[in-house]
Amino acid sequence: MRRTVAALLAATLATACSAGASTPSGPRITVLAAASLTEAFEDLGRGAAVTFSFAGSQQLVAQVGAGAPVDVVATADPDAMDRLARAGLVNTPRTFAANRLTIAVRSGNPERIQGLADLARDGLKVVLADPAVPAGRYARQVLERAGVRVRPVSLELDVKAVARKVAAGEADAGIVYTTDVAAGSAVAIPDASNVVATFPVAVVRASTDRAAAEAFVDRLLGQPGRAALSARGFLLP
Amino acid sequence: MPLAATAAVALMVLPLAGLLVRVPWSTLATELATSEAQEALRLSVVCSLGALAVAVVLGVPLAWVLARVAFPGRSLLRALVTLPMVLPPVVGGVGLLAIFGRRGLLGARLGSLPGFPLPFTIQGVVLAQAFVAMPFLVVATEAGLRQLDRRYEDAAATLGARPWHRFRTVTLPLIGPSLVAGAALSWARALGEFGATITFAGSLPGRTRTLPTAIYAGLQSRPEAAVALSVVLLAVSLTVLVVLRGRWLGAGGP
Amino acid sequence: MTLTADVGLRLGSLELDVAMRTPPDEVVAVVGPNGSGKSTLLRALAGLVRLDRGRVVLNDVVLDDVAAGAHVEPEQRPVSVMFQDTLLFPHLSALDNVAYGIRARGTGRTDARRRADTWLERVGLDGTHRDSRPAALSGGQAQRVALARALATEPALLLLDEPLSAVDVSAKAPLRRVLREQLAGSPAVRVLVTHDPVDAMALADRLVVIEQGRVSQEGPIAEVTTRPRSAWVAQLAGLNLFRGRAEGRHLVLGDGSQLTVATAVRGPAFALVHPRAVTVHRSRPEGSARNAWPGEATGLHLEGDRVRVQVHGTPCIVAELTPAGAADLRLAEGGPVWVSVKATEIDVYPD
Repeated sequence: MRRTVAALLAATLATACSAGASTPSGPRITVLAAASLTEAFEDLGRGAAVTFSFAGSQQLVAQVGAGAPVDVVATADPDAMDRLARAGLVNTPRTFAANRLTIAVRSGNPERIQGLADLARDGLKVVLADPAVPAGRYARQVLERAGVRVRPVSLELDVKAVARKVAAGEADAGIVYTTDVAAGSAVAIPDASNVVATFPVAVVRASTDRAAAEAFVDRLLGQPGRAALSARGFLLP
Repeated sequence: MPLAATAAVALMVLPLAGLLVRVPWSTLATELATSEAQEALRLSVVCSLGALAVAVVLGVPLAWVLARVAFPGRSLLRALVTLPMVLPPVVGGVGLLAIFGRRGLLGARLGSLPGFPLPFTIQGVVLAQAFVAMPFLVVATEAGLRQLDRRYEDAAATLGARPWHRFRTVTLPLIGPSLVAGAALSWARALGEFGATITFAGSLPGRTRTLPTAIYAGLQSRPEAAVALSVVLLAVSLTVLVVLRGRWLGAGGP
Repeated sequence: MTLTADVGLRLGSLELDVAMRTPPDEVVAVVGPNGSGKSTLLRALAGLVRLDRGRVVLNDVVLDDVAAGAHVEPEQRPVSVMFQDTLLFPHLSALDNVAYGIRARGTGRTDARRRADTWLERVGLDGTHRDSRPAALSGGQAQRVALARALATEPALLLLDEPLSAVDVSAKAPLRRVLREQLAGSPAVRVLVTHDPVDAMALADRLVVIEQGRVSQEGPIAEVTTRPRSAWVAQLAGLNLFRGRAEGRHLVLGDGSQLTVATAVRGPAFALVHPRAVTVHRSRPEGSARNAWPGEATGLHLEGDRVRVQVHGTPCIVAELTPAGAADLRLAEGGPVWVSVKATEIDVYPD
């Protein structure tokens, strides 16, 4: 119980603040990234002159569109990135990671959920991400492919909130990225129904430090990035 | 001084003006007529009135105790009940989950009662809103009770009025202005509540997605709809505050 | 109809210890200086303040008996109070204020309002004001409504706290008349508190003087004012009162000075001097007056066709002169004066 509250608080505060890796000297660049990338990017950014700001992909797009002074943007949503590219706000996007969806269940799986079909069960509290965010859109696709009709109790506004509600025990199950939950609290979705979410990254045209921004993207696509991402369970292109 | 005052006005008013600039006036009616918008509006009105009812029913007795009953720890209690005014609402939502959540201290025991568990339900929204809104009512009502000349209650007693009768016929009417001001502020606060609601009650259109949550959700997909809803919220809140200032807060000056 | 009260209580710095009994058919005025505990006594009789000690019995009904643990709540007592500054409910009309007590005791709205109307008529409130809120009433009108409200519950004990203090001079006389009529017509035990001797004398038959929480004197008005037993009562009656120890024809006062008197008394005694009997001089008087002493003329007020002069000396005394006399002595300028009092003008009686 107490642990749950602590976890909820910590999670809440982590999303509320932007996490920054710290080196005191040299130019800093700012990277906007999808919420689901939080842990992997923080690992990668440790010791580098990078400030991160994590949010839902749509919000990232809105921020870049509004001219936020940032250098790099990484989303969980290729469509959103395409819109930025078409508007000429970013350079050519490159895919750096992929993710699959999984069913998040309460610790120990007390409801004995075996697969997607169980999510339609009466009385089961299922939370999904809102279709306005990529995780919600993918979840809807997955459920459609499997032919399962789910009546969620809530459509959360970012995927982390889905994972949080299940981890806290308020909901019985949710559909999240595999990277959002520990193996013990996840029930796999078979490849036939699953989707692959790809994560594109791009340098923002308005960046004031193009070189450092390019360097970050290279690092992300290179060995350090691959290591950090796979350590957090991401698939690599 | 005038310069600083101008800066203050700019700081507070410009963002609201900015919102108005973005309003899709030509399609405003259509935006507000969508079923999502209508559901959010209806839900917000129902829940905020529910929260107001909870705040009045529980808050007035609390204000009375704080104003009239001397007991050790009264100042501490007074500080505690006003805490939700300054606490980040999200933290309030987490606290509500810890107590009333499905695995919360009370929630786990009350889970089989009708209406429970509270998360993801409309009553959960009402509870979350009441949590953040009640302090406004309590503070205003307590102030009203403290300013009240208690000799009016004495007069009622000597005229044969029993405690409940004199509370109803003398105390309540005399603190009416404070109570109405507190109720209006607390209603407006409930209407604008977002953090505690989404944390505690989630966000399902038609069930727990109130105006502020719908605005936030809309910002991610359909910014025009979000702005349209924001304008409604702004207009309602502004009306309440203007009417209040004129009628009850007794703001001085012409 | 009698009230027997023995009231002992502590409230802040006030220690009230008062025993009083109202004889039937007499209006009692409780008088005394500010802070003496008059209003607190009234609140205790109404049940609004709990006693620490004592007993209150009204017509054989025990309202308070601390020893027996008995206390009747204010709303259960057959007691009405006309409060200082009226305390009319500001949100109710004059009529509904008067009807309030009738309704609280279980009468229906229509009936209560009809009876309230009759009471308003009796206290002489102009019918056009019956639906006015208290804020729209003049001081005198508000007091009438407050009186009607107190009378309307037909109490067995009617308490009036400074019923005339909040009214301006022009409205006082008619209101005093209404009060006198209504007090005379009421079957209740009637107790009023006032600091104004004129009101006390106009409305009451009997005085209870309270000073520092205790009864300093009690009795029919004439008796109390002609034989004051405290400086406050004497002042109330416009008299000079000295307290001391008599030895034959001398009274030695607390400040060491002596008065020569015409009657021989022994032991603690009071000496009463009417201000008219005090003569003021600019220089040391010659002649037969036994009592003469110097002082400083400090205060001068015109009261009716007389001028009262405060002379600061050993002892201090008030003299009363004609305006012409005061002018001859140029008393308006103040300064040193002499006063003299004939021994035969001093009324001495035992303490």
